[in-house]
Amino acid sequence: MAVQAQAAGKKETTRGRTDLAGYLFVGPFLIVYAAFLIFPALLGLRMSFYNASLVGADAQFLGLANFKELFGDPNFWTSLWHTVLFTLLSTPPLVLLSLALALLANRAIPARWFFRLSFFAPWVLPSSVVALIWVWLYQPGFGLINGYLTAIGLPEIAWLPDERVAMISVVIATVWWTLGFNFVLYLAGLQEIPQELYDASAVDGAGALSQVRWITIPLLTRTTILIVTLQIFASLNVFDQIYIMNTQGGLNYTVTRPIIQYVYEQGFTSYRVGFASAMSYVFFVLVLVVGLAQFAVANRGRGDV
Amino acid sequence: MAAGTQSAPERSNVAGTQMRDRIIGWLAFAVLVLAAIVWLIPLAWAVDTALKTESDTTTVPVTWIPPSGFTAESFGQILADGNMLRWYFNSFLTSSIITAAVVVLASLAAFGFSRIAFRGRTFLFFVIIAGLIIPPQILIVPLFTEMDALGMVDTYWGIILPQIAAPIAVFIFKQFFDGLPHELEDAARVDGASRFRVYWQIWMPLSRPAIAAVAIFIFVISWRNFLWPFIIVTNTDMMTIPVGIATVQSSYGVRYADIMASAVLAGLPLIIVFLFFQRQIVQGIANTGLKS
Repeated sequence: MAVQAQAAGKKETTRGRTDLAGYLFVGPFLIVYAAFLIFPALLGLRMSFYNASLVGADAQFLGLANFKELFGDPNFWTSLWHTVLFTLLSTPPLVLLSLALALLANRAIPARWFFRLSFFAPWVLPSSVVALIWVWLYQPGFGLINGYLTAIGLPEIAWLPDERVAMISVVIATVWWTLGFNFVLYLAGLQEIPQELYDASAVDGAGALSQVRWITIPLLTRTTILIVTLQIFASLNVFDQIYIMNTQGGLNYTVTRPIIQYVYEQGFTSYRVGFASAMSYVFFVLVLVVGLAQFAVANRGRGDV
Repeated sequence: MAAGTQSAPERSNVAGTQMRDRIIGWLAFAVLVLAAIVWLIPLAWAVDTALKTESDTTTVPVTWIPPSGFTAESFGQILADGNMLRWYFNSFLTSSIITAAVVVLASLAAFGFSRIAFRGRTFLFFVIIAGLIIPPQILIVPLFTEMDALGMVDTYWGIILPQIAAPIAVFIFKQFFDGLPHELEDAARVDGASRFRVYWQIWMPLSRPAIAAVAIFIFVISWRNFLWPFIIVTNTDMMTIPVGIATVQSSYGVRYADIMASAVLAGLPLIIVFLFFQRQIVQGIANTGLKS
């Protein structure tokens, strides 16, 4: 009995020691994480029910008034639509083009490093560098793109101000900027396909095109699901390049301003912190719904295979 | 005889497929080269413009070779201006501290989650994974309010601290640690080594590839981060490079050679980091992405 109790007590202390060790290891990160991610997330939720402003501290509880105002605000809906439109326009080329280029670059070809460099290098650049370069490329008259258009006898395009092409111009610049990330993910996915499959099918007389169609693409399904998911999330959060092109490059504001930019304006230009927080949360819920829907679709797809 | 006639069309068929594949191969290579050139043109044009005199940037028709020759005048101008060097320093300082802090804190936490069976481990790890789905963009307003209350607006800590809370790094380290063999640790523990010694003297040296991947990835991510430094900094002296060139340079007006010179200078350190650590960056992205 006594021995048992002693053993149990000893077990209890080891247990306690293990717990303590665990908390000491995860603690430092968790503190930073709680202070600068969890706390602001909760603070934002609270603020969205208040008439909070950055200047005055006398916040007043409003209930759902911020949300009510938000849903009646046409600027909210148009900026949300711009974000959705940007996502719809940017995701297909960023997935399909990166797949195509990865397929082309994954063969036994000379200077593979050069192609990886070309497609991936823009990704390491800050958004502001990308925005400045593209504003310059899109200039009327002496801009490179319009210069080449007029050289081959085509009319110039007002890439940034014209409401019909402004969003497409942003999408083109973004595809150039971030395609390399998906390209690298696809290259990594391609490395995991065993070479024997190709050798075996070659013996059976399969050509390069049918190999791509029947071996490569199906075996890349997991990679594709991942890339589509990451891309939709990245695209929904668009802000930097559009904001910089709007403020510095004459990009058409009324047809491109995304939701995050409207949040920024409300929070930091109009100092309507509560309203901006409410908008952030509504947007977050939307992102979550998209994420869950994707998860469901991806899982069903996997079940079918 | 019969066998010969049978195999002849078959062989020509195989030869036909091979021939077709050859042609497809050449076409594919040509398309790839073309795409790579298209991809490099914007960078080349930025460098080209930066090396022109201001008046040569607006010639019509556009030309790659400026009439009055190439000059490094704009680079000199931008560097002499003073702001640029200060921003380099700010970017370098903040990115280095963020990278070091993330590597240390995230690897410690990952070791705890991977190797110590403490109570609440599953729950706490779930909380960290949940953080991956919170886009930093939606936190700007409350986070600024918090930093303002802490007096950290326009400070290095204000730039640094929120960027240390990177759950992705914990995730990468844990993935790596989970794959390491238990035996090493068990042997060391039997010999009486403390958990911290196991972490420091066994785990960290074994984890060099993971450390390199996380460090380079976080360094690049924090160097190119625009939104948070843009929100938390209003003082020109405290700006990082991406914020500085986007907000201050362009207010000089339409001086394209200068603007492109500042863009090239802002991008250059990252391109150099990329050239040196290409393998680690690519592996880091591949590992993070494909294993999640």
